[in-house]
Amino acid sequence: MAKITYIEHDGTEHVVDVETGITVMEGAIRNLVPGIDADCGGACACATCHVYVDDAFTEKTGERSSMEDSMLDFASDVRDNSRLSCQIKVSDALEGLIVRMPEQQG
Amino acid sequence: MPQTLIIGAGQAGLSAAAELRKRKYEGSITLLGDEPAAPYQRPPLSKAYLSGETPLDRLWLKPQAWYEKADVDVRTGVRVSALDRSASEVITADGDRLAYDHLVLATGGQARRIPIPGADLPGVFVLRNLAEADGFSDALQTAQRLVIIGAGYIGLEVAASARKRGVDVTVLEAADRPMARTASALLSGWFGAIHRGYGVDLRVSTPVSGIIGQTHATGVELADGEHVQADLVLVAAGLTPSTQLAEAAGLAVQDGILVDNQARTEDERIYAVGDVARFDLARYGRSVRLESVQNAIDQAKAAAASICGQPTVYDPIPWFWSDQYELKLQIAGLIEGADQMVRRGDPEEGKFALFHLKEGRLIACEAVNSGPEYMAAQRMIAQGVTPDPERLRDTGVAMRDFLS
Repeated sequence: MAKITYIEHDGTEHVVDVETGITVMEGAIRNLVPGIDADCGGACACATCHVYVDDAFTEKTGERSSMEDSMLDFASDVRDNSRLSCQIKVSDALEGLIVRMPEQQG
Repeated sequence: MPQTLIIGAGQAGLSAAAELRKRKYEGSITLLGDEPAAPYQRPPLSKAYLSGETPLDRLWLKPQAWYEKADVDVRTGVRVSALDRSASEVITADGDRLAYDHLVLATGGQARRIPIPGADLPGVFVLRNLAEADGFSDALQTAQRLVIIGAGYIGLEVAASARKRGVDVTVLEAADRPMARTASALLSGWFGAIHRGYGVDLRVSTPVSGIIGQTHATGVELADGEHVQADLVLVAAGLTPSTQLAEAAGLAVQDGILVDNQARTEDERIYAVGDVARFDLARYGRSVRLESVQNAIDQAKAAAASICGQPTVYDPIPWFWSDQYELKLQIAGLIEGADQMVRRGDPEEGKFALFHLKEGRLIACEAVNSGPEYMAAQRMIAQGVTPDPERLRDTGVAMRDFLS
C-alpha cells in the first residue's frame, strides 16, 4: 500500500491508500477520484489520464517511456512533470506521492 | 422522477450512465446486463488478459462502490426479452416489466459464427465476452495447435497472445490480406510479415469449408480440400450486432440500429449507442457502425447529453488501437476514400506512420509505435489540415509544425 494524494484542478484533495502493483491511474478509478478519464483503460493509447507529479516525487516515479512521451507531446498544458498516470506503477517507494490533475484531459 | 433504463452493461452502457450523472441527471438509472459480470473492459480479452499479464481484477471499469455512490442500479445476469414501446416498458426474460422515460440500447453484439459443418464441435471457440475468453484461455493451457479462422484484429491479437504462451498458431483468412476491412494494404502486408516472423502460419486467400472432428475439433478443412490439424479452433469472424430487440419493437435496423447524430432512434425516447448503432458520420459523409472503445464512450455521452436536454452533435474522428507483440498500432480517422498515401518513418525500424489524404486533406493516419504522428493526426484531421506531402514524409519536420 502507498498513500497517494490526488488533487483535482479546483484544489479538491483525495487522500487514498493504493495497493502496490497497480497503476496511479487505476488507484484513482478504484477510489472514485474524478478527473482521470483513462478511456483506453491503461493501454497508453489515449492520453486521458494526464497528471502532474509533485516535484518531490519526479525521480521516484521514473522517466517517461518514449511512447508515453510522444503521447504527452500533444496533450493540453504539458509541463516537465507531466506523466500519464497509467504508466506509473505504484510501489512502497511512492508512499506519500502527490499528483495534480490538469484542467482537462486529452 | 424520470427513469432511464440502459440495456447492455458494457463500455457504452456504463459510459451513458456515468455521463448522465456527470450532467446532473436527477432521475433513476438502471443498467441491465445479460452477462454475470459487472461492466468490464473488453479490449484486454484478446490481449493482456489472454496472455496472462492482466488479471481479472484489473478489468473492472468501475469499483463496486462507484455504483452506490453514483446511484446507478446495475443488474447483471438479466436478459431482456422484449420492448413494449406503447407501454414504455422493457420486459425481462423473468417476466418483469421495467418502466422507462428514456431507454438506451447498448446491446453490442455477439461474435459472428460461420455456418460451416463442425462449427458446434467442442474445441471450437469464439471470443467476445469474459466467459468466452475464460473458456478459450483454459483450452489454450493444454493446446498445442491453434487454428484461428479470420485475420481481423481479434484473430491477430489472439495469435500474438497465443504465441506468447508458446502455442503453434495458424491463421486462415479468406480475403487476400489480413485486417482487410479497416487497414491499408501496406499496413496489412507489414503486419502479416511481423506475424510470420513470430512463427505464425498466416494464410491469406484461404477460405475454409468445415471443421473436422468426431467428438472434438481435430482440424480445419480448407475450401481446396486441404486439412490443417488443430486441437483448438477460434472463429474470429467479426461481430453480429444485437439488434433483435430493436427490430422486434419495429425500430429501423440495417446492420445496426439506425440513429441520428444525437444517438436517437426514430422513437425519441429510445437511443442506441456503441457497437450496435449505425449512424451517418457527417465528417466522412457515410453511414457507419463503429466497433471501438472510442465510439462506445463518446456516442453514449452524446445520448446522455440529449437525455439531459443538452444536445450535442456526435461527429467524431474515430480512433482505435491494437496491441500485437511489442507493437502498438493506433489508427485515427477512416481510410476509405483516400486518394493519396504518405509514409513517414521506416517500417524496417518498426516505427512508422501512414497518412491518408483525400484531395490533399488528411483524413486518416495509421501509426505503428508512433505516438506523435498519431496524436498530431487526430488534431490535423479535426482542423482540416492540408499538409505538404513532402514535408510530412520528412521525419526531420516535427509533427507539431503541421498544426495550425
